[in-house]
Amino acid sequence: MSERTYNFAYLDEQTKRMIRRAILKAVAVPGYQVPFASREMPMPYGWGTGGVQVTAAVLGPNDVLKVIDQGSDDTTNAVSIRKFFAKTAGVRTTTRTEEATVIQTRHRVPEQSLSEKQILVFQVPIPEPLRFLEPRETETRRMHALAEYGVMHVKLYEDIAHHGHIATAYAYPASVAGRYVMDPSPIPKFDNPKLDNCAALQLFGAGREKRIYAIPPHTKVVSLDFEDHPFERYRHDAPCALCGATDSFLDEVITDDRGSRMFVCSDSDYCERRREAGSTPQSATAEAPHA
Amino acid sequence: MLDAHLIERFGNADGFADPLSDQPLLISEGLTKWYGRQLGCREVSFELYAGEVLAIVGESGSGKSTLLQMLAGQMAMSAGRVLYRMRDGATRDLSLLTEAERRFLFRTDWGFVQQDATLGLRMSVSAGGNVGERLMAVGWRHYGKIRHEAESWLDRVEIDPGRIDESPRSFSGGMRQRLQIARNLVTAPRLVLMDEPTGGLDVSVQARLLDLLRRLVQDLGLAAIVVTHDLAVARLLSQRIMVMKGGRVIEQGLTDQVLDDPQEPYTQLLVSSVVPV
Amino acid sequence: MTHVLEVTDVSKSFTMHLRGGVVLPVVRDVRFSVSAGECVVLAGPSGIGKSSILKMIFGSYRCDAGAIRIHHAPHATDVTQAAPREIIVLRKRVIAYVSQFLRAVPRVAALDVAAEPLIASGTARDAARDRAANLLNYLNVPERLRELPPATFSGGEQQRVNIARGFVGEHPLLLLDEPTASLDAENRAAVVRLINERKRRGAAMLAIVHDLDVRDAIADRLIDVSAFAAAA
Repeated sequence: MSERTYNFAYLDEQTKRMIRRAILKAVAVPGYQVPFASREMPMPYGWGTGGVQVTAAVLGPNDVLKVIDQGSDDTTNAVSIRKFFAKTAGVRTTTRTEEATVIQTRHRVPEQSLSEKQILVFQVPIPEPLRFLEPRETETRRMHALAEYGVMHVKLYEDIAHHGHIATAYAYPASVAGRYVMDPSPIPKFDNPKLDNCAALQLFGAGREKRIYAIPPHTKVVSLDFEDHPFERYRHDAPCALCGATDSFLDEVITDDRGSRMFVCSDSDYCERRREAGSTPQSATAEAPHA
Repeated sequence: MLDAHLIERFGNADGFADPLSDQPLLISEGLTKWYGRQLGCREVSFELYAGEVLAIVGESGSGKSTLLQMLAGQMAMSAGRVLYRMRDGATRDLSLLTEAERRFLFRTDWGFVQQDATLGLRMSVSAGGNVGERLMAVGWRHYGKIRHEAESWLDRVEIDPGRIDESPRSFSGGMRQRLQIARNLVTAPRLVLMDEPTGGLDVSVQARLLDLLRRLVQDLGLAAIVVTHDLAVARLLSQRIMVMKGGRVIEQGLTDQVLDDPQEPYTQLLVSSVVPV
Repeated sequence: MTHVLEVTDVSKSFTMHLRGGVVLPVVRDVRFSVSAGECVVLAGPSGIGKSSILKMIFGSYRCDAGAIRIHHAPHATDVTQAAPREIIVLRKRVIAYVSQFLRAVPRVAALDVAAEPLIASGTARDAARDRAANLLNYLNVPERLRELPPATFSGGEQQRVNIARGFVGEHPLLLLDEPTASLDAENRAAVVRLINERKRRGAAMLAIVHDLDVRDAIADRLIDVSAFAAAA
């Protein structure tokens, strides 16, 4: 049985050029959703087809790829996608954030600060931040074109009215370069400040919805809020049970069926680095890569 | 209870508070709409001044709703133009505004009260959110102030401010309509368009709504164009009236004059058709 | 004498289109004037066109020919040619009309009905209500009735609210259609005093009065409208 051969990173070159054109447009207009001709991928919609197409378009043979899902390198999806690129592109893969040149992520931003040599690719389910209040695509496009974003604050107003505070915990809307309002994908709002003035290029791919958008390096990203209800990062008030970090986003893990739980770093690589360096739950306050 | 603070903020009922009141606020020139070969509305021209309420009456098919939709920019006109005096005093042809300018105008200086309140409100948003939306759209960013303003408007339209966090789905038809009015008036528009504002409401509910509209128009010095088939609504709310039939304006003038001393056969028919109570 | 009102060759007829276009003539070539500080009473039998003349002056009726000039320095406006907007302004500032029967907006309290013309011309609501209350006092409308809508009042009570509404704004020209028709002797006297006091303050008045005593008490001049009757 002959081994099936793929073009580098699965997609044909014309497709990659098409996606790169879309990416260039997205970088030229930060936060603007660029439509692109999303291809049929060997994974269903909802499993990261947008992110995979963006990664495939920017990957080169010398790149080092890291794939995380909810911060972890070893969930099923992260493993599958990493293997997919290992097979179709033959690139080196890693779990170490500082070694990677391209990081594809689902629903988290790595704790470690990124550098200008890195690209962060987000998997996006619903790219349109206005969709919840305005179902018509024709109308949302108009609203973006005319910067009519009053309705975004209506959503936040409703949160405060019903919950006493802005209850949106993830996919928290942000304004990019003072112009377009975007949905940063379902990352926890804890991660929103990391998007601001990031040294790395941040790309967002939505395969089912067929949109690509981008935040160029060192771009101003401001999360929406009210003067009297300013944006707040939310974090469980506990150190990581494994490494003692007090500055990372924590996952809550239920350990038995009596309600016992523990909090551990969501970013598995970050936690492992800290433990390798000797940090324990008992050690003193952690270094804070993100102020 | 409408009070001095409101009048101080928005001007009083006498159009002369507006220093340019000798210039029309809205000018319609030859507005015409053809649906294929069917005439929707023909050569409608009029001027509206600050503080005036103009009623457009007619039966179904008269063209009154078509006219209102053209004025509101919701329907393209086949011919004619609409000129509006902006807050800075310049009179501009609405078709020459950029879309952004036009949409901004309709969100701030104009109001549009729909016959069906569910179309004019966001039903899944609370009453406070509905009233506050226009404020947020023009840049208000203080939750407390937005909420306070919403509460005071709910009070002005006689909705219990305690219901500010409820969705309009739990409101009666009359309350929804009053909420729609509050939503439109919160940015102090100078012109309000109303399409059958009392349509579909129970008679007692209509009465209450008309009383409210009358007081608001008077206290805020609003200019308004009210499309209605109900002559009693016209008499109660308007000083001027335009009678339409078959797409044409067949008579216009002072409301009491046209209704007390109708000249045209159709107007006489309309007036005599109303059974006095 | 300063003319406030000049009626020149005014003619009117009604055309009943629903009755096959039959024409009902009302008046022809009406000509008279009213000056500041005088009360002119229109006399003549019922149906002769007296009320129609008042309504044409107020702008509620159209006229077929002629001119109705209102002098309100520094302007003079011909009501028959004026745009609706000008007539609206005239009604706010210059001409007040007391109709024969109160035609009030339902559900509005008597005090607010009386205060409305002042509010419409720019007076603050509270001050307007105070002035209206004074007038209602003068006309013996009891306080307990003031916050009630007039629909359930007696004819005389309604008419007094109507008169208060007409007089509250201090308009220079007052048109009065049977102002005392439904009033008892005491209230008739109060209205007569009110009219004469306004006259002394310089208002011009045009009235229709059938009661001869009242007529003698207020009229400076009589005009017999039968002289202007239009031939059928």
